[in-house]
Amino acid sequence: MNKAITIVKKELNSNFNSPLGYIVVSVFLVISGWMFIQSFFIFGQASMRSFFNLLPILFMFVLPAVTMSSWSEEKRSGTVEVLMSFPISTVKVVIAKFLSSFVFLLIMIVFTLTIPMMITNLGTPDRGVMLAGYIGALFLGSSYIAIGLWVSSITKNQIISFLVTVVIIFVFYIIGNSMILDTMPSVVASVGKFLSFATHFDSILRGVISLSDILYYISIIIFFLFLNARVVSLKNWR
Amino acid sequence: MIKVENLVKKYGDFTALNGVSFELVEGEVVGILGPNGAGKTTLLRILVSFLESTSGKVTVNNMDISQPLLQQQIKGKIGYLPEQAPLYEDMTVSEYLIFVGKMQGISSDEIYEKLSEVINKCGLREKKNAEISTLSKGYRQRTGIAQALIHNPEIVILDEPTTGLDPKQRIEIRDLIKEIGKSKTVILSSHVLSEVKATCSRVLIINKGKIVADGTPEELENKGGADKATIHIEVDKIGSGLVQKLEVIEGVNNIEIIENRIIINSNLQNDIRKEIARIIIEENHGLLELVRKQIDLEDVFINLTKDDE
Repeated sequence: MNKAITIVKKELNSNFNSPLGYIVVSVFLVISGWMFIQSFFIFGQASMRSFFNLLPILFMFVLPAVTMSSWSEEKRSGTVEVLMSFPISTVKVVIAKFLSSFVFLLIMIVFTLTIPMMITNLGTPDRGVMLAGYIGALFLGSSYIAIGLWVSSITKNQIISFLVTVVIIFVFYIIGNSMILDTMPSVVASVGKFLSFATHFDSILRGVISLSDILYYISIIIFFLFLNARVVSLKNWR
Repeated sequence: MIKVENLVKKYGDFTALNGVSFELVEGEVVGILGPNGAGKTTLLRILVSFLESTSGKVTVNNMDISQPLLQQQIKGKIGYLPEQAPLYEDMTVSEYLIFVGKMQGISSDEIYEKLSEVINKCGLREKKNAEISTLSKGYRQRTGIAQALIHNPEIVILDEPTTGLDPKQRIEIRDLIKEIGKSKTVILSSHVLSEVKATCSRVLIINKGKIVADGTPEELENKGGADKATIHIEVDKIGSGLVQKLEVIEGVNNIEIIENRIIINSNLQNDIRKEIARIIIEENHGLLELVRKQIDLEDVFINLTKDDE
């Protein structure tokens, strides 16, 4: 376990050793902050609804930038060869890489806590709904990260890694959109609705954290981390 | 210590290794020699479990490396420097070596002791706080070697440790490898013969995925014909009369002529240089150069790795 923690620390350090980490956090905070402030001051709503509504789209561009280099850069520079020569199982390396991106997500989220603190001071929001929103955001973000890491493990090119991740997340997001679902037979539509990030996130945003939503996100995370471990343990390098 | 049996590795249609077998005993310093693309890197990558072989078996201390449960135990015994010494560019030398040390399971109490040990051994003291991206090729290679040594492994595998270095750096790394070889089993790959000859107690020559020669550098030279010698002559002007006269000297096997150079194959025991010199001077052909060369590792290498077609 110590070795996995060593990897987590190393990955986080390298995230914040480059300007990219700071840029990602700043972009996230500026855009999410602006969306909130707009609804708060212009429409006078003491809720975080507009903030959370934006998250699936904002995460779609921010989190792939965090995961894009995770494996790709190691493959490109060849350091993956050193990494794989260490006496640690592939599964642990995959989990460590996931955890490091998760901690990054956590850091981003923690910075936004100023928003609920401000609302609570100025008005009387529904705290349960806000808490549910934050829990939902962590699960949603973790799912995006798991997809991003898997994509990163199949290419040496960070840009490709970023773009493909965005596309896959977008597909997972859009398949729950009613505009798309209405054009499909009902069986396909219900599958699409079930698989969509949007459906489950919206249901959490209403303030109800149901087991099925949590299980959905956990399954997505495990599925893509499994694919990631599979890609790595196939040893199909070069 | 390491036993490789009938190792085959295919990438699609391309066969990188085609039935490689050998056995290494503890303490050997083995050079794997071969032209580019011969399969050296593939072989080393299989030994460190970075790649899986298509068929065949590798055991380290009688443990099969294809067993996932044993793999980690085996990996801990090996220090590995991949080709080109890939490093995390944004770390300093010390940060990187501490990271590797921890990944190799060194406890926090011991890590600084081990760190200063490898830093001294690999001559990295003045660069220990430098960011890796600022290092010269020579220091990068040293950092890579230090990384392979930090956990005091039994086996050290170095893929082309001296490629891309200037002559001075090369000698330094060569001395470092000799030093390491005193206490550990070392496998290194190279396509530079002098390198291998200077550092290795045993040489495996590999070509097109097959081992074509195996032995000490001296043995291989002998196999290539230690009793044979070539005499290289350069004269001012060459005439057919001269060649005829040289041909009849006892001990001349055959004569090759390239412009005004003559190459004579002969035996080592039988020194015919005096005779040749006398004839050339008497016939007034203007002797410019006369050298006898014994067949060396380079000739063996070139002969063994020549394309057949």
